[in-house]
Amino acid sequence: MQTRFSFGGDEHIFAEVDESMSLEAFFKSLFITNAVRDAKIKGVTEICPANASYQVKFDPDQIKPDDLLTELKRLDRAAEKSEPVIKTRIFEIPVLYNDPWTHETLMRFRERHQDPNCTDIEYAARINNLDGIDGFIKAHSSAPWFVSMVGFVAGLPFLYQMVERQRQIQAPKYLRPRTDTPKLTVGHGGCFGCIYSVRGAGGYQMFGITPMPIYDPSQKISYLRDFMCLFRPGDIVKWKPIDRAAYDAAVVDVDAGRFAPVIRDVSFSLTEFNRDIDAYNRKLEGVLHGH
Amino acid sequence: MAIKVLKPGLATTVQDLGRPGYYHIGIPLSGGMDRHALAAANLLVGNEEGAAVLEAVFMGPELEFTDDALVAVTGAELPPKLDGAPRETWSSFKVKRGQKLSFDFLKQGARAYIAVSGGIDVPVVLGSRSTYALGALGGFSGRKLAVSDVVSTGSAKPGARAGRTLPADLAPTYPKSLELRVLPGLYFHRITDESAKSFFEDTWTVAPEADRIGYRFRKGRPLVFRERKQPFGAGSDPSNIVDAGYPYGSIQVPGGLEPIILHRDAVSGGGYAMIGTVISADMDRIAQMQPNNLARFVEVNMDGALKARAEYKSRVARLTASLR
Repeated sequence: MQTRFSFGGDEHIFAEVDESMSLEAFFKSLFITNAVRDAKIKGVTEICPANASYQVKFDPDQIKPDDLLTELKRLDRAAEKSEPVIKTRIFEIPVLYNDPWTHETLMRFRERHQDPNCTDIEYAARINNLDGIDGFIKAHSSAPWFVSMVGFVAGLPFLYQMVERQRQIQAPKYLRPRTDTPKLTVGHGGCFGCIYSVRGAGGYQMFGITPMPIYDPSQKISYLRDFMCLFRPGDIVKWKPIDRAAYDAAVVDVDAGRFAPVIRDVSFSLTEFNRDIDAYNRKLEGVLHGH
Repeated sequence: MAIKVLKPGLATTVQDLGRPGYYHIGIPLSGGMDRHALAAANLLVGNEEGAAVLEAVFMGPELEFTDDALVAVTGAELPPKLDGAPRETWSSFKVKRGQKLSFDFLKQGARAYIAVSGGIDVPVVLGSRSTYALGALGGFSGRKLAVSDVVSTGSAKPGARAGRTLPADLAPTYPKSLELRVLPGLYFHRITDESAKSFFEDTWTVAPEADRIGYRFRKGRPLVFRERKQPFGAGSDPSNIVDAGYPYGSIQVPGGLEPIILHRDAVSGGGYAMIGTVISADMDRIAQMQPNNLARFVEVNMDGALKARAEYKSRVARLTASLR
């Protein structure tokens, strides 16, 4: 992995850590952007980690583009020598898989899909050699996911599952994007999962829906009063499959202001994770449940 | 102090100089797309150059003032009318309580800036009054203005006076055909040598899909991406990359067909290769382009981009000096 730097006009430096997605590339992008933030470089106005890349926006009247480039290259070299450990948060997100709302939507846009004769979740199960809907839900929800990027629109998390590459779920985007996606749809495109933070256009496969809002510009939702976006890059998400009754109850709780999401602080070590992925993920799940 | 919206226009929004610092969670800068015109409108009515104004695109709103006010309209040539009587653009004029401000048809450019002495007074959200409609954030209830909205304004600034005009050499013109300077980079190496040439040779036409998020161009030759085995996670089309952050002004070309230049309400990232970035000095000019206007992309290096930036800054500085 050799980071490739490029100027995005006179106000951005774009850094591609790797052409391919991997936890190593994501971790390096997160690590360097944390270091850039800590370095408090004069003239830097935005620091944006992404899946396997990052970008920094700056004011060239305050720092020369070449000087910032030199500084980023220095931090890039330093990142390679550092112990890949971050302090982050782990969330449990309830999901009603195969729900009626995404089902209604996917039926409306069936002619834009690779396989109009089955649902998105059935299609994804088949092309990933999983045992039907139940097998898919198990693969999707048993191992946690990293929030590897937040964006496209406000507060939308891209998620990358914390498993070996051969176990990654992959699914193409719709042939043509839909003009509608229900708010809080749990989606998937390429090797990335996502939660649609707002209703709108979208091209990802739709697998389910969460009752838990993740973006609230009015900041009325109890746990979004401090900040309107729930997720930050580097957060860890564990899906919890729920049934319709639990979904309905959660919606009532959210509306009544008494829904309390399960969020824990956690430290993550990529080295230890790679030593035994399943054991490490079990440990993370333990943290979530207070062990 | 307030303004009643009698007719909202096409997409009139509250904007200031924007909301930096939240792009990493998908909240873009927003703010006036033509910063020069926005600053001029403010200075003409005695405001700080970054006060909140109304940005109207293609078609003006119709507004009724509940109190006396001082107003200036800059940017696109969208001639203001006060109770039907014409008023000049690029100069400040008085509006009496109860008078109606409307607009004639657009003569040139695309976006007009309507400043009121005291500024548009909507709540500051994450450091800015700008509207980010995709996220229902900021501005007036997070959206474009609608009929019957009542928009508050601040108190007129002392020293605000009617009849202030911009020196003629500082008022820009908005040609229907122009050159946009581009610093190639990002994923420019992914297109073939032939496409790298044709992109700068062809004349491109602004498509109807041109808004605050981005401007789409068409009628140039399609761009061909180099064949490769797509990297893991990048998606199957050769114009796809592993989803990455998009710089403001960056040019993406989905499927190699129609270049899209992202502007101030940019989607913050996605999976299309960007082949370069329009330099900061030319972003205001994009804001004033109409569908069917023509553009050629002109290659510059970083020195050229910084020189253009310095010229832009000195133009804004002269503007500020002339109106203080």
